Amino acid sequence: MDIRSQTAMVFHLDKCIGCHTCSIACKNIWTDRKGAEYMWWNNVETKPGTGYPSHWENQQIYKGGWVKHGQRLKLRVAGNPTGMIKLFHNPDMPVMDDYYEPWTYDYDHLFEAPQGSDQPTARTISLVTGEPIDVKGGPNWDDDLSGTPDYARNDINLNNISAEDQESMFQLERMTMHYLPRMCNHCLNPSCVAACPSGAVYKRGEDGVVLISQEKCRGWRLCVTACPYKKSYYNWTSGKSEKCLLCYPRLETGQAPACMHSCVGRIRYLGVLLYDADKIKEYANCPEDELIDRQLDIYLNPFSEEVIREAQKNGIADSTIDAAQKSPVYKFVKEWKIALPLHAEFRTLPSLFYVPPMLPVMGTMTNGVYESTTGNLWGKIEDSRLPVQYLANLFSAGNADKIRNVLKKLMTVRYHRRKVTVDDIDDRMIRDSFAETGLTADIADAIYRLTSLAKYDERFVIAPAHREEAIEMIESTDDRKGNTGFGEKMGTRRVF
Amino acid sequence: MINSFLLIGLPYAAILIFLIGSILRYYYYGYSVTSHSSQFLESNKLFWGSRLFHSGIVVLLTGHLIGFLLPKSIIILTSMPLWLMVIEVSAFAFGIISFIGIVLLIIRRITVKRLHRVTSTMDLVVYFLLFIQVLSGLLVAYFHRWGTSWYATALVPYLKSIFTLTPDISVITTMPLLIKGHAISAFAFLGLIPFTRLMHFLVYPVNYLRRRVQLVIWNRDLRESRASRKMREGIKPRNN
Repeated sequence: MDIRSQTAMVFHLDKCIGCHTCSIACKNIWTDRKGAEYMWWNNVETKPGTGYPSHWENQQIYKGGWVKHGQRLKLRVAGNPTGMIKLFHNPDMPVMDDYYEPWTYDYDHLFEAPQGSDQPTARTISLVTGEPIDVKGGPNWDDDLSGTPDYARNDINLNNISAEDQESMFQLERMTMHYLPRMCNHCLNPSCVAACPSGAVYKRGEDGVVLISQEKCRGWRLCVTACPYKKSYYNWTSGKSEKCLLCYPRLETGQAPACMHSCVGRIRYLGVLLYDADKIKEYANCPEDELIDRQLDIYLNPFSEEVIREAQKNGIADSTIDAAQKSPVYKFVKEWKIALPLHAEFRTLPSLFYVPPMLPVMGTMTNGVYESTTGNLWGKIEDSRLPVQYLANLFSAGNADKIRNVLKKLMTVRYHRRKVTVDDIDDRMIRDSFAETGLTADIADAIYRLTSLAKYDERFVIAPAHREEAIEMIESTDDRKGNTGFGEKMGTRRVF
Repeated sequence: MINSFLLIGLPYAAILIFLIGSILRYYYYGYSVTSHSSQFLESNKLFWGSRLFHSGIVVLLTGHLIGFLLPKSIIILTSMPLWLMVIEVSAFAFGIISFIGIVLLIIRRITVKRLHRVTSTMDLVVYFLLFIQVLSGLLVAYFHRWGTSWYATALVPYLKSIFTLTPDISVITTMPLLIKGHAISAFAFLGLIPFTRLMHFLVYPVNYLRRRVQLVIWNRDLRESRASRKMREGIKPRNN
């Protein structure tokens, strides 16, 4: 056993209101720079939809992630010898137009326009060329536009859903959609790391954050192609690739990452998971229908004596083990099993899990009346408006039963709380739902508590990096005596 | 006088600047060493330009290098008319390929507006020198035929004399202007490498072929720091 600790995350999609506060918080701190304007390390998409960059999930186009190649796991974007030729020109890489051309407005014109018969306007100006442009798309251009032909209907997750079901999803007044906040998954088996020719992308051993060394990056751009989530971005000014760094300077000082801290819906949870690094190779290579279960197997029970002993032997701090025991992520993912990884079929073993939305379970409109009652206990889950298969394509590598189980558990929690607070639900129904989902009143209360009442300290259980050692993580402390802060030692301006 | 300046002084200056300059740049401005790829801004035109140019130039440079390192075997090989023909024709073909490539790249730089924002003055100098270099190479191959043969017999000794610190320019001074020009601009080019983005060929990631698939970096030795009783390295925090 080679136990390591991983900072992992859970996003509760039922609570996401699609406000983009996370994206803005991230943008303000990290990507408000020349060359990085188009980057949204954190972005929020409307699903069904094509996302940002458009069609990122379609690996026929972008060739990201891993594929099973006989007994071995292979990068879909040619690794090794063929990859070396692709350095000159990489046909699978998204270009600026696949994201969007960043723009600003010509505000000066409002003040300096000569007197005329028309009101002056602020035209859109490209942030690349400085010329006026017609904006054709943006990072959230598909916001709430599910049902429109350009976005929702081109969603690749609809591929194995019958035309009839698809049509029912898009009917006016029956349309369904949900938001999908996305950021770097800080995977256990990152394909960006494996693809980087110069060895600049690496996983930090202490907390599992995946980073790109700006010193070592030579701009070969293979990480951009290899990441199946398209969360590695090429900075066109500095000639280097950049990605989400999980706000590690904040993590090291015990603060939640900016996107998580600012989340108004409080949908985000962050905590430590202990995992067995020896199993990565085997589990990432398992048959597709076992991927979800195998990935859950890789995470270890932090309360088990044996795990604690092995972890200590591997040098994991007691404070980290303590954080792992209090981790909200462990509860969602392992104990309650109601959070699932996004697109497990990419085989990168992502560390970001989603609680699927209850949305398809909500009522329907019949004759202008909003109908939400049902005689059958799970009626609304079985014949929901949004095909469960769609959620399965997103969160469980196509296994619809997994999604149903999760939705039933979420429903049980609601039945139970309804019983507690209003008490208009049949006892038998509560008993049945507990029996079928395996929950108990205590667990249901715990899920309810963590979902809706949890405060900052419960949502973010950050393993102390030990600030006194945080700089030591980067350099010897003696070298830094009398200095403050961190950052680039050299300007990022292009010298030659 | 002018000959010794251009054929002895310049080469030595260029080699020195190249060696010292690239080492200094790598260690002190390592951050600036990147390919500065512009594919993100424009991809379709780059496909033809970059692929053609790179495949042509890599073969040609390797050819020059082989001729320099193994002149004897090249002389023997090119004494057979068939082989001479094959080598000459394929070298010329690769020359044409990289010429088309560099022309396409120059056109792309000029016509695509987005690229103007990422083009530095040194980039333009590089384009100009590369164009001159490839073009003069093609002209030499056309007007002074069987270069694969006379390069090994006449030019390699000069190059060797430069590298063995016993410069001997008696042969090269008698050569046509075109050939001298090709050699002189090649040296000038070498000296410019540390000041341009051409640095990227020095960091071509050959290590990738033999490295481990995943890369995990530990900034400190966790086991050491857990077990340590020492004061400095791996100091043991109180709450651990």
